[in-house]
This record gives sequence, structure tokens and C-alpha cells, in this order.
Amino acid sequence: MAEVSLSGITRRFGDTLALDDVSLTVPDGAFVVLLGPTGAGKTTALRMVSGLDRPDAGEVHIGGRPVGGLTPAQRDVAMVFQQYSLYPHLTVRENLEFPLKSPLLRTPRPEIDRKVAEVAGMLQIAHKLDNRATNLSGGEMQRVSIGRALVRRPSVYLMDEPLSSLDAKLRADLRVELKKIQADFGATLIYVTHDQVEAMTMATHVGVLDQGRLLQFGAPREVYENPVSIQAAARLGQPRINLLPADLFGDAPPRAATIGLRPEQIEQGAGADSTVVRVERLGDQTRLHLVYRDHALVTVTDPHTPLGPGDLVPIRPRQPFYFDAAGARVA
Amino acid sequence: MARIEIRNVRKEFGAFTAVQSSSFVIEDGEFFMLLGPSGCGKTTTLRMIAGLELPTSGEIFIDGEEVGQRPASQRDIAFVFQMFALYPHLNVRKNIAYPLVSQGMKRAEVRARVEEAARILGITDILDRPVGGLAGGDRQRVALGRAIVRDPKCFLMDEPLGALDAEFREHMAEELRALHDRMGATTIYVTHDQLEAMQMGDKIVVMNHGVVEQFGVPQEIYDWPATMFVANFIGSPPMNALPFDGALAEGGCAVELGGAHIPVPESLEAASGALALGARPEHVRLSDAAPYRGRVTATEYLGTTQIVTFDTAQGPVKVRAPSDQVVREGETTGLDFDARTLTVFNASTGRALRSVANREVLDRG
Repeated sequence: MAEVSLSGITRRFGDTLALDDVSLTVPDGAFVVLLGPTGAGKTTALRMVSGLDRPDAGEVHIGGRPVGGLTPAQRDVAMVFQQYSLYPHLTVRENLEFPLKSPLLRTPRPEIDRKVAEVAGMLQIAHKLDNRATNLSGGEMQRVSIGRALVRRPSVYLMDEPLSSLDAKLRADLRVELKKIQADFGATLIYVTHDQVEAMTMATHVGVLDQGRLLQFGAPREVYENPVSIQAAARLGQPRINLLPADLFGDAPPRAATIGLRPEQIEQGAGADSTVVRVERLGDQTRLHLVYRDHALVTVTDPHTPLGPGDLVPIRPRQPFYFDAAGARVA
Repeated sequence: MARIEIRNVRKEFGAFTAVQSSSFVIEDGEFFMLLGPSGCGKTTTLRMIAGLELPTSGEIFIDGEEVGQRPASQRDIAFVFQMFALYPHLNVRKNIAYPLVSQGMKRAEVRARVEEAARILGITDILDRPVGGLAGGDRQRVALGRAIVRDPKCFLMDEPLGALDAEFREHMAEELRALHDRMGATTIYVTHDQLEAMQMGDKIVVMNHGVVEQFGVPQEIYDWPATMFVANFIGSPPMNALPFDGALAEGGCAVELGGAHIPVPESLEAASGALALGARPEHVRLSDAAPYRGRVTATEYLGTTQIVTFDTAQGPVKVRAPSDQVVREGETTGLDFDARTLTVFNASTGRALRSVANREVLDRG
């Protein structure tokens, strides 16, 4: 396993700046999730590391070695794509064995069998090993393609939205599994997603990307509790952070234009009255849609709250975030 | 507007029974969710309400009138499909107007109706644009416009947001619900996404293998699942089901789990043998003093809360805890179950045992 670093990576496609001077270091053994909306540059960043694409400027290092001149195979990376690509004429077992049979690796037979069995067990596909790859559901095919990466021990695993085609239940199971596998292997893993739950639950480090720029890089808790900008703050948190005029609740620090309030930063039962517009019950949490001095905001409350539309709830901020007019955090 | 009643409806395709014997009621103006995994019969049920499939047996009432064997054209409903198909050679206005024009409606009225629909959807400014260049959301709105413009008794929607990406889906879900609140039209909506169902629905029917598992208000179904399937299908993470061998007498108020005495709501029926204790992750608290023990195997940070997975004598148990609570992997602690919220299941039938707490909800369906 290896440390991966990107320094000053820029990549243009015509007029579009897909990556704009991105620098980050993925420590050896880290699980880094690149998070951002469609078009943020996440997949492009991953392709820079894999060698499937080259930067216009900047350098990529894997294990301290510049890899600019190396092909994807020479970089010793294993990739999992959103769209699974299996060998349709082979069985699940043969698909999983395939990377190990590479003449470069010369893995002994018992070792191949052991690794395939281990990975198949982890991914809950052991009972399908002798099925043809085409004779599987979409979710099973995706697990086989993840498995095909996991049988190897490359210097880094690269995964591009590998869970997004799976159903919710399986996705939740595999989130826990992937994190465990990564920790057990001590693997370096770079993972691209637009799903904030995947980022929060699996990552040791989250890189928040937007329009080709890296907005923030840090532990999920750090990015959530200490965002550097409005854009970074709005990426994490369900319901989304409330962004309101800075002076809505009274005095704001100098230069502050916007106050940012996550649900836990809104104290209920003290302060001035807001009006309940809608009570949205989601089972484990209930969301209160409120109006405070003509501004809409959303917070969470007890699942069995007696509140209903038209009721009044006093609220006040508790350790809020403040941002300036450009969106940068000022307090 | 319409009240729809499904009575003992069954649908067979050759030897395969898609829907066993469904019965439920959709009140006038409700936003009603048909929820279940793929192959559970939810789309078949919707298509029978629409008249696109005819039931093998049973009855369907729309406003008191039995329409089970009538074709779709005689039912006055509008269908919005997962893959919204627009006429590519027509502009937005003509796409929306199409159902009215094909009915032979007068021009002036068509115009008025299209403009009203466009106003409701907030797409007045794109009425004269070709549909080719529209973004996904606007295409979806045009497809909805084509349904709204007919002013049908009822809207039927088959995973209308299924093809959209997650962020946009959430936005459209809010928009659809707000639209429903403005129009008040009875809407039946098929989804496999339990969160979407919880978020948007006034009522939910949960289906599995062609059988209605439970029917009711989202929060009640979430709190008091009638079956282990519902307990597992609704909620993320789902309800914990801790299997144990034991007995619960009628009037019993506790179960014995791995040597720990755990109070539960007073049971209204006796059961013994393979049982399971159902507890939602947010109804289990970490407590050093609690006799039921577990070892932390994983934590998942979610911002406001975290999910902590414990290894216990009954297998993995997930707990939703505040994220400022410090939990270390490998440590062993006690788990305290909130007695008022627990459900005991008969693990062999999968059904919830009736208790003073869930009686009312189970009686309703």
C-alpha cells in the first residue's frame, strides 16, 4: 500500500476547467472519499491517479514515485467502475481469479482459491461462484467487480461510485463491509461519490470538490463541524444546513453576510417565535419546517412531537457558523 | 377527485400469482404510497387500478363505482411513468396540450388549461421551447403537466423519480408533494424507496410477494410494524430483530434475553418457541448499568447522529446515538431498550405479537 499525492493538478476539456489546481495527499492506508455534485471533477481526479487520463499541469505521485510517464498497469492500481464490466463468457469464480492469473503475478493455485473464497465470502456471493457472470442480478455483478479488485493487493484501490447501482439495503451492508475490508487490509483507497452518507460513514478523509476546485479536505467530522465555506457546509448534513441573513437573530460578527445553522445549532424552546409550516415524519427523525421572520428553515425534533402546522416554537441559534458575502467562513 | 377501494384483488399471470388478495382504501385527496421490493406486485396493483391490467378476481371501486373490468379509457385517471416520454417534435405547450387536443376540446379551453397547468408547475416561461433542449427536471415537469391538464379523478405514478440522481430526486419529491398539497388530487405512487414513501405519503401500503404486509400512516407503520418484513424494510438502518427462544404469556410484560430481563409492552397474546425482539436503533441507549451486553464492532458517523454496531449474543445490533457520545470500537457496554417502543415477533410466522402498545395500529391494517 502507498501514499498518493496530487500536486497542482489542472485539467481542461475545451473551455471547461475540470480540475483547477488541485493538491491533496492521501496518506498510506487512508480511505479518502472525493465528494461533490455531478461535474465537480471527482471522476477526472480519479482518472489522473489511475493513468487513464493525464493532467495539463501538475504531478501525481504514488508511493513517493512520480507516475506521470507510467501506464495504468505500471501504476499498480485496481479500479472499480460504476458500470460493472465482467467477462460474460466466464463464471463468477473465473472472473474473480482473472487478475490473479496475470503472468506478472504468478499466484500459486491454493493461494488463488483461498483469496477467491475469502473475497466471495465478504461480498456475500460465495453461493454464486459457479454461475455465469451474465446469470446474475445487477447487484451481484457489481459485487463481483468489486471482488475482482479486492483479490489483488495493489498499491491503491480506486473506486468510482461502486455502490450507486445497488439497492438501499445492500448499499448499507456494503458500506460497512468495504470500510472493514479497507481497514483490515490497511489499504489505500480513493473513492468517488456524490452520496454524503457514503462519505461520512466510510471515509477517514473527505475531499469536497466543486467546479473543479478542492474546497476542503479533512476528517468527516471536521468538515461537518468546522466547514471552511458555505459550499463545503452545504455538502454534508441531512436536512441541509439553513443559510439565512447574518443579522436575522440579532448581532452578527463584522463582515458576516450569512448565518449557517445545522439542526443541532438551533435551540428550541428559547428565543423568538417561529411558526410551524409542516411536520415531516421520517420514522427515526421528524423534520420541522419553520418560518422565522419570513424566512423558511428546517430542523429536526422528537419523532413523536405534538407540534402541528400553525404552532409557535421559540428558536435561537447555538454556536452558529458565519460566512462572508463570498461564502468563506468568518466565525 | 376520488376515493378508491381495492377489495380482495388478485392477479395471476399463468402459473404466477403477482398479487394474492389485496384490500385497502385510498381516501379522497390522499397521497398514497405503494411500497415494496421489486417483484412484490406494487406495479401490477397500480396497473389494475389504471385499467392497464384486469384483475383475475376481486373488485376495484372508484367513487363507489365498480370499475375492475373496465378499460383504462373509461376510468378518468392519469398515469405518469418512470420513463417520461415526450413527443420530441412538439414544443412544451403542444406536449401538454396533446391529451386535450386528442379529446377534441375547443382551442380556447385547451389554451386556458395548459396555461393553468404551466402556472401550477412554474414552467410558464418555457411553454414555447422545444422539449429537446430541456433539463431533466423540466422534462419531468412537462410530463406532469400532461397529466395535470386533463384534470383527472386521480393520478397514478410509477416510480416517477426513479431515473433521476439522488440530489435532484429529493428536490423533485418535495416539489411533487407541494404540488399535491396545492391541488389536493388523489395520488397513488409506486416506489421501492422507503424514505421516499415515508417522506411523501399520507398513507403507505407495504407489499411483499404479492401480499399486503401492512397498510397505514407512515409513522405508525414505522413505530409498530405488523411483520418482521415491514420492520426490516422500513427504516435505515432497519429495526433490529434479536432472535431468542423463550416464552411470553398473555399479560406478560418482559422477555428473557441472554440472561437479561427486558421489559416490553404488556402482551395480549401468548407465544413460545422462536421469538424475536424488535427494537429501532434510536430506541436503544448505551448504558453501563444495563444487564444486556454488547461489544462495539463498528461506528458510522452521520453528522447529527452516529450508528454504532454491537456484537451481542443475539447477533449484530445497531444503535443510533448522538454523535458527541464517545464510543470506542472493541469496548463492551450495556444496551438499554426503551420498553415503551418494543415489539415482540413470532419468528416462525414473522408476525408481531399484539400488545397494548401496537394493538390500535395492527387493528387498522
